[in-house]
Formats: sequence, structure tokens, C-alpha cells
Amino acid sequence: MAAWADFEHSDGADGAEVRFSGRLTLARLGDLPARIEEVGPISTLDLSQIQRIDTVGAWIVTRAAAQHPGARIVGASDEAQRLLDALASDKSEYRVHADRRPVWVRMLEQLGTSSVAIWDELIGIIGFFGAMLVAVFTQIRARRRLRWNAIVTRFQTVGVDALPIIGLMSFLIGIVIAQQGAVQLEQFGLEVFTINLVGRASIRELGLLMTAIMVAGRSGSAFAAQIGTMKLTEEVDAMRTIGVSPMEAIVLPRVAASTLLMPLLGFYASICAIIGGGVFAWVGLEIPPLTYIQRLREIIPMTDFWAMLIKAPVFGVLIGVTGCYSGMQVRQNAEEVGRRTTAAVVAAIFLVIVLDAFFAVFFSSIGWN
Amino acid sequence: MAEFIQPENFDVAIRVNGLVNRFGDAVVHDNLDLEVHSGEILGVVGGSGTGKSVLMRSIIGLQTPTAGEVEVYGKTLDTIADEEESRDLRRRWGVMFQGGALFSTLTVAENIQVPLREYYPRLDQKLLDEIAAYKVAMVGLPPDAGPKYPAELSGGMVKRAGLARALALDPALLFLDEPTAGLDPIGAAKFDELIRELADTMGLTVFLITHDLDTLYATCDRVAVLAEKRVIAVGTIPELLATEHPWIQDYFNGPRGRSAADCHEAHGAAPER
Repeated sequence: MAAWADFEHSDGADGAEVRFSGRLTLARLGDLPARIEEVGPISTLDLSQIQRIDTVGAWIVTRAAAQHPGARIVGASDEAQRLLDALASDKSEYRVHADRRPVWVRMLEQLGTSSVAIWDELIGIIGFFGAMLVAVFTQIRARRRLRWNAIVTRFQTVGVDALPIIGLMSFLIGIVIAQQGAVQLEQFGLEVFTINLVGRASIRELGLLMTAIMVAGRSGSAFAAQIGTMKLTEEVDAMRTIGVSPMEAIVLPRVAASTLLMPLLGFYASICAIIGGGVFAWVGLEIPPLTYIQRLREIIPMTDFWAMLIKAPVFGVLIGVTGCYSGMQVRQNAEEVGRRTTAAVVAAIFLVIVLDAFFAVFFSSIGWN
Repeated sequence: MAEFIQPENFDVAIRVNGLVNRFGDAVVHDNLDLEVHSGEILGVVGGSGTGKSVLMRSIIGLQTPTAGEVEVYGKTLDTIADEEESRDLRRRWGVMFQGGALFSTLTVAENIQVPLREYYPRLDQKLLDEIAAYKVAMVGLPPDAGPKYPAELSGGMVKRAGLARALALDPALLFLDEPTAGLDPIGAAKFDELIRELADTMGLTVFLITHDLDTLYATCDRVAVLAEKRVIAVGTIPELLATEHPWIQDYFNGPRGRSAADCHEAHGAAPER
């Protein structure tokens, strides 16, 4: 029968005599640790009656002996004595928790380290972009052939595979804009201006912006995760030692693909959004498709289209570079891959929106209204 | 409620009977038998792909065997219906995986406390911390290792931390999957010593998978050889050397086997008890 750990104590002249019994093991410990704390001065700890002891039991005995100077441990079997000896040395220097500093110190520290991290990240991306440009120029100067195979593979994953989701999303966005616009414009009896809203917003801003967000989420993250994993498995290092530049073999094809495909995807998304708006105009506002298209041709200036085409490759470079840069930053462990992938997507979307704002101001100041 | 297992009442800790493991067409184990005696350190050796890790996974219930039975302290995990009973069995063993398998979001001390919290939720924090501290000390980690995260540790320290977590519940049975793989010779020798020491102090039964001949000589009481989909021989190293099997002869009498044996003889560190 497995008895619970227990003890009884009788008071002597120079302290209590504690006699342990039962199984002094973790599983059968019960509330013994708390109870033994309550016993007054202890002179002897008697282990002769115990059935079994493990390190936790031995630790409780050792602790009690340390708390009551002069307490003797008697009756330990060889087995128990080995455990007691193993635990005898002082363990107080062994720390379990990191030192906790005051909250305000930690907050300041956090603020400082994350500011520095953001700054480093910015410098890092700029440096990486520079290194990539250098790679492009050396490739051109050395008249080395581009890795078309690698680029075309990326075309498939970045572009073709993304068509259904980008198309559907843009189509729905077109409907939403048309519907929300119509609700407001109806109050002035100007439902027909819904076409202006949908047409110009999709071509100039929304089509491309939504595409950029989708590509950042789909492909930017994939770049970071792929390259990060390659870093972990030392593939990138292996490439370097063989003499293949990772910049040329891994980064350039990806950035090239995202750069070249963004204008196409952006244009496609705009068209899908316009179709969505058109469907709503036809069904909800009873504007026939022909009128819708006619009106679009009248109100969308060519400059809107150019604005989109200028912005698109820039966004593409941005997404490709942040994705690849984040992947290249992976060190040590798998957790890092996840963290860097998230960082790549967040950075890419943030930078795209910031740049888009700059472009908006720039284009309107050169008169492209 | 069922009676608790009392490991000291068993002469045979693990009994594997007619174990068959098959993955698709590939047969890894075919009618494998093995007994691990209480209190011994059993080394398990075998070429790559002979299913050493699969055998360990079958014993600890991570891999359901195709056929055959595995008994640990007289119980078979597959047939235990009672949750309480299977928990009672599981807390009798500690497992150290090859890569340490430390939880990367927890510190070393917290890693050690995970099994304790799981099985004994009523232990107070002070005792938990003390237990973590002395376990850190027992496996020979430095005093400041407790609050560190696994990513901050060196390879050898990760192994030691993994061992500390395996020992958290004071198990009777310890499974080690290639404990010295990836360690430098000095670190590996120290780890061998540590395993031997802990096994003696805590009265452990150890199931030790290894490729390391030095580990076999330095720590194991008996060695089981896996080949031809089963255990072809079990015994002390001299007993194995007396067998005729070509693989065993190649293994122990190959250049590495010889040098490990010579080194062992020179230092006279006999694994005697």
C-alpha cells in the first residue's frame, strides 16, 4: 500500500524530534511541505521509518535542516543519503526568475530598444536595397544572363495564382464603393456621379492599393518565409560558398517578379472593381452598361492611368525588397521565421500606404487632378 | 481508483513483446522482443534507419505499434482506458528528445516547472522555484541559466536543460534519445558522467539510444543491438563481443569501436556497480 508522506513530532529539550513516515515522494507529498514549516525549533529529522524518498522529499528534509540550525538528519538509508548529499550544497545562488526592474524603467527601456530597432530596420532596408541595385548593375555590366527560369516561376506564384483572389476582392470592393457612394449621392439626386466615384477611385487609388496589400500578404510573406527557411537550413550559406550570389539567385528574381507584375495586377484589379461598380450601377441604379462605359471614358483622365502605372512598380519593388530583406534577417531559430514574416507584411503594407500618400500629394501638385 | 504503480516492485521495467511497426510497405520492426531491467542503464544501438527512435516512441506511446505489446511497469498504454491510470504511468518516465525539445517561449526554469504544474497543480510557487533551482544545479547548468530562454543557450546547455525537464517529476524511468549527439568530445564525456551519476543517485532505469561508442563504454550496463528489424543481441559489451554476428563485430571492432575500447581500458572507467 502506498502511504502518503507524513511525520509526527515530539518536543525534546533542545527542539522537536521529527519522524517522517510513508513515501516521501513528489506524488505522495500532500501538504507536508506546509505543515513542516509550522513546527517550531527542530533538533532531529528522523528518516528511518520512510518507505521511499525522491529528490523532492530529500529537498524538503534538506530545507528543514537548513532552516533549523543544529538540526541533525538521522536514520537515512544509503539511497536517501545519496540524494541528501546531492542536494546538500548551497543552491541559493541558482536563480529562477530574471531580475525585475521597476515598471517605468522597463517602459523606457522598451521604448528605447524599439526605437533603435526601427531605426536599424530602416537603415537595413535601405542598405539592402542598395546592395540589390549593385547586384543589378553588376549583372548588366557583366552581361550575365538573367535567371529567366527563376523569374518566370515567380510570375506564376506572384501573378497568375493571385488572379482569382485579387479579382474577386476588387470586384466586391467596386460594388461596395458604388453602393456607399450611391447612398450619399442620391440625397442630391446625383446618382450618376457614382460612376465618377467608382471609375476614378479604382483606377487611381483603390485597385492598386488593394492589390499591393494582397500581394504583400500573399507574396511578400512567402518571400520572407522561404528565404528565412533557406537561411535556417544554411542553404544561403551553401550558395555563397559555391560562388552563387544569393542576391542574384534568390532576391533578384523575386523582386523582379513583384515589380513587373504589380502594374499588370493593379490594372486587372482596377478593371475588376469597375466591373463590380458597373454591375451595381446596372442592377441597383438602373444605369445600362453602355452608358456606364461611355461615361467612364468621358470622366477618367489619362493621367489617372499613368499615375497608377508609375506607382505600381514602385510598390512592387517595395514589397519584394521588404519580403526578401526580412527573410535574410532570420537567424537562429524557427520562431524567428514567423516573426520576420509578420514583420515583412506589416512593413510592406505600411510603407505602401505612406508612399501612396506621398504620390497623391505629388500628382495633385503637378496638376494631375 | 486503481492502485498507484510502485516502480521499485518491478524487476523488469519495460517488456516489449513481438513488436511490429510498419509504415506503408516499409517494415521497421518485425517481432521485436526486449526487456529493460529496473535500475540498469540500457544502451540501444543500431545503424541509421533501424528504428531506434521508433522503438522509443512505441514504448512511450507516441507511436501506436502495428502489432505486439509494450508493457511499462506491467501496464500497456493502449489498453489503459482510465485517464487517471495513464497519467500515473506517464509521470513515471521522463523523456529527453534529441534536440532538447524545450518550449521556446518559456525560460529554462519554467520548462522544468511545466510537468510539475501539470501533475501537481497545488504545489506552491516557492517550492516550485526551489525544485527548479536544484534541478538546474543537479544537471550541472550554471547558476544563471534558470531565467534564460532556450535560444540563449549553447547546444550542451540545451541538452542539460532537456535532461532537467525530463527529471522534473523524479521519474523512475528515463528515456534519452542520442544525448551526446552534436556535443564536442569534452562535453559528451561530461554528459556521460552526469547520466551515470544521476542514475546512481536517483536509482534511475535508463533507456539510452546512442551512436556514441564512448557513451556505451562509459555509462551502459547492458547494450541492445537493433538490426534486421529486431533486437539481435542484448548483453554487456564483453558478452556482445563474444557473439559472431557480423554487424556487432563490425560495430565494436571497427576503427572507432577499437579506439573507444582502448581508451576505456586505458582509463579503467569500468561501468561497474
